[in-house]
Amino acid sequence: MPDNTLLKAENLSIGYGGISLVEGVNFSVSNGDYLFILGENGSGKTTLMKTLLGLIPPIDGKISFEGGLKKYGIGYLPQQSAAQKNFPATVSEVVLSGTLRRGSGLFINKEKKKRALYNMQRLKIDNIKNHSYKELSGGQQQRVLLTRALCAADNMLLLDEPASGLDIFITKELYEIVDDLNKGGMTIIMISHDMSAAVKYAKSILHISKEPSFFSCVSDYKAFLETRKGEYAYA
Amino acid sequence: MHEMLDTLAYYFTFPFVRNALIVGVLVSLCAALLGVVLVLRRLSFIGDGLSHVAFGAMAVATVMGLSNNMLLILPVTIICSIALMQRQRNKQVQGDAKIAMLSVGSLAAGYILFNRFPPKGGNVSGDVCTTLFGSTSILTLSQNEVWLSLILSIAVCLIYIVFYNIIFSLTFDEEFAASQGINTKAYNVFIATIIATVISLAMNLVGSLLISALLVFPVVSAMRVCKSFRGVVICSAVFSAVCAAGGIVISILLGTPVGATIVASDAIGFALFSLIGRLKGI
Repeated sequence: MPDNTLLKAENLSIGYGGISLVEGVNFSVSNGDYLFILGENGSGKTTLMKTLLGLIPPIDGKISFEGGLKKYGIGYLPQQSAAQKNFPATVSEVVLSGTLRRGSGLFINKEKKKRALYNMQRLKIDNIKNHSYKELSGGQQQRVLLTRALCAADNMLLLDEPASGLDIFITKELYEIVDDLNKGGMTIIMISHDMSAAVKYAKSILHISKEPSFFSCVSDYKAFLETRKGEYAYA
Repeated sequence: MHEMLDTLAYYFTFPFVRNALIVGVLVSLCAALLGVVLVLRRLSFIGDGLSHVAFGAMAVATVMGLSNNMLLILPVTIICSIALMQRQRNKQVQGDAKIAMLSVGSLAAGYILFNRFPPKGGNVSGDVCTTLFGSTSILTLSQNEVWLSLILSIAVCLIYIVFYNIIFSLTFDEEFAASQGINTKAYNVFIATIIATVISLAMNLVGSLLISALLVFPVVSAMRVCKSFRGVVICSAVFSAVCAAGGIVISILLGTPVGATIVASDAIGFALFSLIGRLKGI
């Protein structure tokens, strides 16, 4: 079997200022994978994501990028901040900021514009590209930020609870979009506490917690939940 | 009307008046550009804190009898600016309280210094008033100060244009920018330095109490009528330059204090833009 691993975490300890939140995390992500990272609030999901992105250093252990994935080649969809919701910017300005590292130079060139337009068409927001970002609905804003992440991504997306604050219809739509992207070859890492979505869409699941974190395929995860019945509820 | 034009023409025969106009417009323009970053990142109060630090530094410089006050004000303000931005990023507890303490602390220290060691031949309340409200100092700029202000303002504008896309990315979403490998820490230090520079320059123009107005009014006004980031940047720069020029001309005609008149015209401009925004339904 050819090894098409993109990202590998070995015996990883993560946390802030030398104090680790979670220890001994092991997992790998291969090309075309769809990994859900689950865990309770405060369990270290977002910290893990920031470590993967290189925003904070790991306390111990190693993250390796393989098979053509570069350190800053991951397209990131952060959780929205309050300040962003009223930010004066057009949709295309936001999307274009995802192309900053593409090609050379600090300026927006034709190549960057083309990439932005291509991804806006892919997520069907090219018709609102001159609209004001702050006037969009929460779901549309999330679509714009996802498009920006696509512009920045080589072959992997990292999504930090993209569905938080969205209603169930928009949430479903968002999951479908991400699923389509995955089927189109994009490798996905999704942070969530939505277990039912994880069981439905994921190819593998990492459940992080203070006890040894759990990493496996979806069917094993269901079995893992069975052993802890009552502790975790999922639909 | 004719008489007013004559008065203006007469005043503009003096080089110091022309200097004041050029420096005033350029510095206001720079303040507006950086104000965009501060306001949108919810850091406007840092501008206020820094202006009070600059007041303290100005007091020390005056007491020490430095030939060029900028030599002291600039480095002190830059150091405080970097420290404050860093603190804000780390979101330490009571970060805003620390800014408040630093701000009023340097204000008090500055006033004590002015009182205890009054500059030779000066009067205390006059000097303090000048430093706080900038009353006439812009008209008494030395040729060196004019050049310094000119060069720094132009440098700030150029830097802003070159790094425009990175400034947008940092302002809109610092974390995403960092995830793309942009050295956000270095850029924050860089931006803090430029902000401190502009605030030090603006001390001469409107005095330390009124600097925040130059940072905040143009941006907030532009946001009333513009939807895009680029629109807000351009609009606030033009707004600020026009208000500065208008304020200086009016102050000459009516004999009002320069700084306060500029700020008053900013406030009127804001009211106007709010009205336009409301009518346009934005």
